[in-house]
Amino acid sequence: MTTSDAQPTSDTQPVRPASRREKSLLTTVLSLVVVLAISILVGITLGPAPVPLPETVRYLAAAVTGGTIDAADASGYSIIWQVRTPRVLLAAVVGAGLSVVGVAIQATVRNALADPFILGVSSGASVGASAVVSFGLFAGLGVYALSTAALLGALGASALVYLAARGKSGLTPLRLVLTGVALAYGFQSLMSAIVFFAPFSDSARTVLFWLMGSLGSATWSGLPLAAATVVLATVLLLWNSRALDVLALGDETAAGLGMDATAVRKRLFLLTAIVTGCLVAVSGAVGFVGLVIPHLVRLLVGANHRRVLTIAPLIGAIFLVWVDLASRTLFAPRELPLGVITALIGVPVFIILLRRRGYLFGGR
Amino acid sequence: MSITLDGLSVHLAGAELVRDLHIETAEGEVLGLVGPNGSGKSTALRCVYRALQPSRGAVLLDGADISTLAQRASARHIAAVPQESSNDLDFSVAEIVALGRFPHHRGNQPLSTEERAVRDEAMRRADVVHLADRGVLSLSGGERQRVLLARAFAQQPRVLVLDEPTNHLDIHHQIRLLRQLRTDSTTVLIAMHDLNLAAATCDRLAVLANGTVPHIGTPTEVLTPELINEAFGVTPSIVRHPRTGIPQLHYDI
Repeated sequence: MTTSDAQPTSDTQPVRPASRREKSLLTTVLSLVVVLAISILVGITLGPAPVPLPETVRYLAAAVTGGTIDAADASGYSIIWQVRTPRVLLAAVVGAGLSVVGVAIQATVRNALADPFILGVSSGASVGASAVVSFGLFAGLGVYALSTAALLGALGASALVYLAARGKSGLTPLRLVLTGVALAYGFQSLMSAIVFFAPFSDSARTVLFWLMGSLGSATWSGLPLAAATVVLATVLLLWNSRALDVLALGDETAAGLGMDATAVRKRLFLLTAIVTGCLVAVSGAVGFVGLVIPHLVRLLVGANHRRVLTIAPLIGAIFLVWVDLASRTLFAPRELPLGVITALIGVPVFIILLRRRGYLFGGR
Repeated sequence: MSITLDGLSVHLAGAELVRDLHIETAEGEVLGLVGPNGSGKSTALRCVYRALQPSRGAVLLDGADISTLAQRASARHIAAVPQESSNDLDFSVAEIVALGRFPHHRGNQPLSTEERAVRDEAMRRADVVHLADRGVLSLSGGERQRVLLARAFAQQPRVLVLDEPTNHLDIHHQIRLLRQLRTDSTTVLIAMHDLNLAAATCDRLAVLANGTVPHIGTPTEVLTPELINEAFGVTPSIVRHPRTGIPQLHYDI
């Protein structure tokens, strides 16, 4: 064995410190926060009946500081503060939440095609929603009937997927995905049956609109729970971002690094089910955001989950604020479902990005 | 630290993959596991890095059953390079190596200055410093293998578990790695197919064959034509290395 003992030249190279990357992450976060604030303001100002920006700012200031406004401005104030502000904020919360959950679920099942709805959450919610729309289930809950039924449907579906996917060898990613997809078909057929036998003829239309996502029913009262859930989930995931990195390396490697992948996957599954359930309850099943924003963010900042989870909620929030604005202004006074616009904007943007940069997911 | 396989048995899906395996290592020893496909080398190693729970018996670390330790705690002492490793996300090489620090801290704080030094030293040892900013998905098989070795080094283990670590490595990096294993004070459990490299690297070899008690001893003791024939069903000619005297195997094709 006579290899040269000379040190390869690379041994003397200094390793680049990570601080430059940290600095650029902070800059990115700050600029995105500014963009989000501007987007929210634009979203509140514009609408089927645009309110001039100075007026909007005056109304908002009055509402926040408890100032007074003239009686003549009451209807404008009401549009801005009671209708648009909660709706735009909810768009930001739902966009942020779906993006964060998308990142978590893609790490949980180690699958590039996974989105928050892959584990049967949205189809389970749609069963609950269609029961309300078609047969007036939970009528006693009034305006909250739909969200309550959707939340229960989502959580019930998640529990079923979890129980069915559990096996002797733990909760493996492929079992989870296959079970989720299979049960989703079951829930969909159940929903179709409910709509088919519905006594009201426009049930199908209502359910379809709801399924594609809408923020039309946003109110101040629905906002805090959704916002708290999303913020809490984001903080929890960020705190455990390194565990998500390790999970991506596979269960075998995770074991060698001291992590029980199945236990982590169970906790992540519970977290994503709860957050997605809450989001579906307030906004329906807004597709595409949770699938594509995680990929988009990885294109920008790499795979490291700490960076991805820092950026993804901001980009998701900005994206959905604009999507919601488009949905209520393009064909005003009619509203388009959010899912139509997320796909119309998102698909081409995503494909262009995918082709331009050497984005690798799952090998060459 | 020393590692002991104490009567290890593994049943999986109705098959008995390992039966009553006893192997003791001394501190700092390089012990090689050799044997035909399916003889249970990887299965035994998987129990050591806790990807598998043994059905009977135990893995002892300095005499203490590792199943009594938290998984994270044992990973501070035992690092592994598994045979199969998949990853779909394009982490940079430096990020993957930094994950070797995972068992040593909690939370998502960036690495401390000392930990970055550990990471950089691990990258130097595995000769991947020049790849630090490259995405792992664009690396060659051998480069990827070296990144996994660097990650295991970054774990600062007292026991290193390597399953076919020379896979994909060119001869320069094979020799470089095996030399490091010989000179370091880390205890090494290594599964290998190349018997000649195993003989040159390991202090002792355990020859596993299906269903038999393994033969354990120095390369000179266990690399005999009879034993190799018993385990692998081939009869080699064995010569001594002209300088080191280590047995080397030659085969008639």
